[in-house]
Amino acid sequence: MAVMPSGAGGRIELPENVVVSRLDALANWCRKNSLWPMPFATACCGIELMATGASKHDLARFGAEVFRFSPRQCDLMIVAGRVVMKMLPVLQRIWQQMHEPKWCISMGACASTGGVFDTYAVVQGIDRFIPVDMYVPGCPPRPEQLIQAIIDLQDKIQREGTITGREFDTAGRQLRKRALVEVGGPGVIDASRNPVLQRELAAAAEGIPVRS
Amino acid sequence: MPTPPPSVDDVLSGLRGRCGEFDTSTFRGQTRVVLPEPVAFEGLAWLKDQGFDLLVDVTCVDYLDYPGATHRYGLVYLLASTATNQRLTVRVFVDDPDPTVTSVVPLWAGANWLEREVWDLFGIRSVGHPDPRRLVMPEEFTAHPLRKDYPLQGRGERHNFPVITRDHS
Repeated sequence: MAVMPSGAGGRIELPENVVVSRLDALANWCRKNSLWPMPFATACCGIELMATGASKHDLARFGAEVFRFSPRQCDLMIVAGRVVMKMLPVLQRIWQQMHEPKWCISMGACASTGGVFDTYAVVQGIDRFIPVDMYVPGCPPRPEQLIQAIIDLQDKIQREGTITGREFDTAGRQLRKRALVEVGGPGVIDASRNPVLQRELAAAAEGIPVRS
Repeated sequence: MPTPPPSVDDVLSGLRGRCGEFDTSTFRGQTRVVLPEPVAFEGLAWLKDQGFDLLVDVTCVDYLDYPGATHRYGLVYLLASTATNQRLTVRVFVDDPDPTVTSVVPLWAGANWLEREVWDLFGIRSVGHPDPRRLVMPEEFTAHPLRKDYPLQGRGERHNFPVITRDHS
């Protein structure tokens, strides 16, 4: 039987079925065990994603089996497959339509880096344009790898999460994940649409060296 | 007894009567003719009347720096006859600047998207096309990426997007 000191100097006895914790930990515990994935599956990684949800690997064991095709109902975006430049605005829009708190898993080599598709049409890693919490290597990854990523993401949520989402206030964290661009290249990049690039151009104008 | 289909030689001699002299070649039983661009539409229309009622594909080859090439672009029209199973490949060569062909959408409605694709990826305009938009690349794309002088990794188009961070999402 847990015993707590009371403000009045006496003691309050708690019943056996009462647990004392922090509110953040309680919220994290709820969130991590009821992830609702948004399957953004564009290629062969999507097949492995389906296998992960199917009976053999059974993502329900980790509380994340409820795949929803509406971003309004999801809090975990799993980008499985290469993303072409024509689809990137769609990806960004879907990400912005998801409710907070939300997380993103970049599944497979193509979503993470562009993979073998180093061509004019394929985005070289979605983390240049949307935030990513977890990367899964593989081409495509086995369902076990995706499950491991979800378990790791659950650990991250339990470890870092706060009920108000303070962990997402990461102004500086994304700076190094900017798009790889030719800084100042004429006619190539529209810097007015890219706040990170604007910041770096301003830094370059003041003589501060820009990371290449 | 059904009447035997006209031989390839008969078709070619009839085509010469309409389009003048042109090159032909055969490879593994498949015949290829090279029509000059000004008479290509007329020749294709006549071939359709002769029974080549199916346009299998319209595509293009860029012969930039190709050994022995005399023209920059070579369009390919793959024709087939659903009645006799005969096939015929028609080539039409065009050059910079402003490579154009006459649209064959009036003959085969299925050429609509095929010619849009050729415009999108090779920049060859189909004069008279009812809907001359890009097919696969985004509307704001400015280049024709399957041209050989377009870099494989693009000119930065795939990077030219706003970056969404945790701060504004």
